[in-house]
Amino acid sequence: MRLSQLEVGEKGIVKEFTDLEMSVKLMEMGCLPGEEIRVERVAPLGDPIAINVSGYQLSLRKREAHTIVLQ
Amino acid sequence: MKADIRVALVGNPNTGKSTLFNVLTGLNQKIGNFPGVTVEKKVGYCQLPDGRKAEVIDLPGTYSIYPKSQDESIVFSVLADSSNPHRPDLVVVILDASNLKRNLLLYSQVADLKIPVIVALNMMDMAKKADISINVDLLAERLGVPVVPISARKVNGIEQLKEAISYANKFALQEDSIDVNTIAPQLVEAIGDEMHIDNPYLALQLAHQHETLKFLTPEQSDRIEELEHQYSFNSQKAQGMETIARYAFINDLLYDTVTKPVTAHEENLSNRIDKVLTHKIFGFVIFLGILLFMFQAIFSWSAYPMSLIADGFVWVQDNLHHILPAGPLANLLIDGVIAGLSGVMVFIPQIAILFAFISILEDTGYMSRVTFMMDKLMRKVGLNGKSVVPLIGGFACAVPSIMSTRTIENWKDRMITIMVTPLVTCSARLPVYTLLIALVVPNKNIWWVFNMQGLALTGMYVFSLVSAVLVAWVFKYILKGKERGYFIMELPVYRMPRWKNVVLSMYDRSKAFVLQAGKVIIAVSVILWVLASYGPGKKFDQIDKQYAQTQYTQHMSADSLSRTIASAKLENSYAGVMGHVIEPVIKPLGFDWKIGIALITSFAAREVFVGTMATMYSVNGSAEKMQSVYEKMHQAKNPQTGQPVFTLAVAFSLMMFYAFAMQCASTMAVVYRETKNWRWPAVQFAYMTVLAYAASFVTYHLLR
Repeated sequence: MRLSQLEVGEKGIVKEFTDLEMSVKLMEMGCLPGEEIRVERVAPLGDPIAINVSGYQLSLRKREAHTIVLQ
Repeated sequence: MKADIRVALVGNPNTGKSTLFNVLTGLNQKIGNFPGVTVEKKVGYCQLPDGRKAEVIDLPGTYSIYPKSQDESIVFSVLADSSNPHRPDLVVVILDASNLKRNLLLYSQVADLKIPVIVALNMMDMAKKADISINVDLLAERLGVPVVPISARKVNGIEQLKEAISYANKFALQEDSIDVNTIAPQLVEAIGDEMHIDNPYLALQLAHQHETLKFLTPEQSDRIEELEHQYSFNSQKAQGMETIARYAFINDLLYDTVTKPVTAHEENLSNRIDKVLTHKIFGFVIFLGILLFMFQAIFSWSAYPMSLIADGFVWVQDNLHHILPAGPLANLLIDGVIAGLSGVMVFIPQIAILFAFISILEDTGYMSRVTFMMDKLMRKVGLNGKSVVPLIGGFACAVPSIMSTRTIENWKDRMITIMVTPLVTCSARLPVYTLLIALVVPNKNIWWVFNMQGLALTGMYVFSLVSAVLVAWVFKYILKGKERGYFIMELPVYRMPRWKNVVLSMYDRSKAFVLQAGKVIIAVSVILWVLASYGPGKKFDQIDKQYAQTQYTQHMSADSLSRTIASAKLENSYAGVMGHVIEPVIKPLGFDWKIGIALITSFAAREVFVGTMATMYSVNGSAEKMQSVYEKMHQAKNPQTGQPVFTLAVAFSLMMFYAFAMQCASTMAVVYRETKNWRWPAVQFAYMTVLAYAASFVTYHLLR
């Protein structure tokens, strides 16, 4: 299951990343293995998405969300 | 100003760092650049309770000391370079109490550099509202540094923070957070030995960042590179390991210092606002509505103060004409300098209102929602959601906007944004448009609310955005990029704008506009006045002689005679000659030689147009009756046909020229500084001039 597959309102827990470069950036922003993520909303044109992670809102593109593998 | 202690403010974006900076330093601040780079440096001074004076540097907001953009790279180089004149004696790390976890990552990195640190725990009120309770004393004990709870917005805890700064230790006492040596054990040791660094984290950072650090010699950098190969160092893997280790430390730290409510996800206010503002349909409608309102406001709210300023200048000129003895010097002062200045000072209200809106949009957090909504659209034309900020900032001025593209991580996205930002209608074009629209568009309302002049102006703004997007789309196919773009961005919670910051930004920007534009305008108007008042050869004597003949003196009234002489002289002056030289080129656009002179002078800066017009028509007018530029241009007649010079076709053709032409020396200079290559400003100048000529030509021939 990837983050990009979640619908608005659904939650998941980060397991690992498929892309090293992206993982470094995501982890810095608090998106770490073991963290719970909730999809808050999708931009009006369908991309990017906004997620809630470690208590704040982060936006990322679907392509980037696809590199996050959920438990 | 000499300071006793140098303090740097470091923190994540949106933590209230700038607010704290403003609270600490008040109006006692100046904006400059870090030497060698174009990163904006804000420095201010603050009186400490013990009587010493502190110099406070506001460093760019960043999530970590691993830089993702040029702006962020300054943070590490200021903190790490012991020879840097800006290296602080003390770092104040600002943490958002309502989001401690992510904020502590940057703290732990800065603390490991072993510079004396104080923590300012901001937004305590917000944390309390969210039922987050923080054991401040325990946190301070665990970190080994003073922790001062503050609320920068409500100006709470600032005195305590100042006290903590004045009592701060000269030595770093903070506890270690992670064991750096486990990340790259041999390499850290080797670099430490080689470079005589006893701080393992600094050594590790040199391994990561040596390629971009200016304080390392090329030999040192090469040596580090060699060592990296020797110990097979992978920068990204090491950074990942470090981040995970740091968060493990942070989780441990927060476990018994912070308690959060375990309630399930609840709908907070910010979320409810987002549901409306980023709605599929309403989102865009509201965005357009806000833009429309902004331009209407710029036009209508500024009307009264503008006419006050204009009348004031006319009054000054009028009186000076009576007081000063007539002569070339008085003419230079009144018709050259003051006429030129008044043409530009009038626009202070509009510029102040524009900057107020932009700072409100950024302050409330709305700008990042616009970025979020527009990213997909922007990506289609080769830009990035983050390009929206420079593009909207371009409404104010291209110079700071081009500097703000540094937040765009991707090279190609950033270059395209730089290339198209000057197309956006900036505040320097505003005077030109306002004047020309006022000349040819009736001041009437349609559908009760929309003022026609306001609509025409909005039209020019929308047109500029559309052309910027189209040009970006073309560049997307011309430029070749290699790195991949990404869009990982915080959406901060909505906040009320801080009115103090808004007022400060209005004041700062208007002041900068007056000082920068003022200098250019005085210089240009003096040169122009000289060029318009003197001519080559003996032409002027001949004109005087010709009109002294009885056939003129007897058959013409004194007033119209002096006008005829003045306009004959202007036509034969140096300026007139220059105008006539370029007239064949601009005639197809509907411009005469007087407009030609304005076009030439506008290449220094666009707003000079208005001043030039004022000067050109003052030289031509009678001295007894001072008029505003608008009146002078309104009455301007074509000497051959007797028709008004500024018809609808000419005015719009002229606006099209100003919409596209790169008439701004400062922008060209900043594009060079940002790209470090003259090719970029040259390409920009070339494509914009071609577009300007073409658009102008088409407009003139369609409307004629």
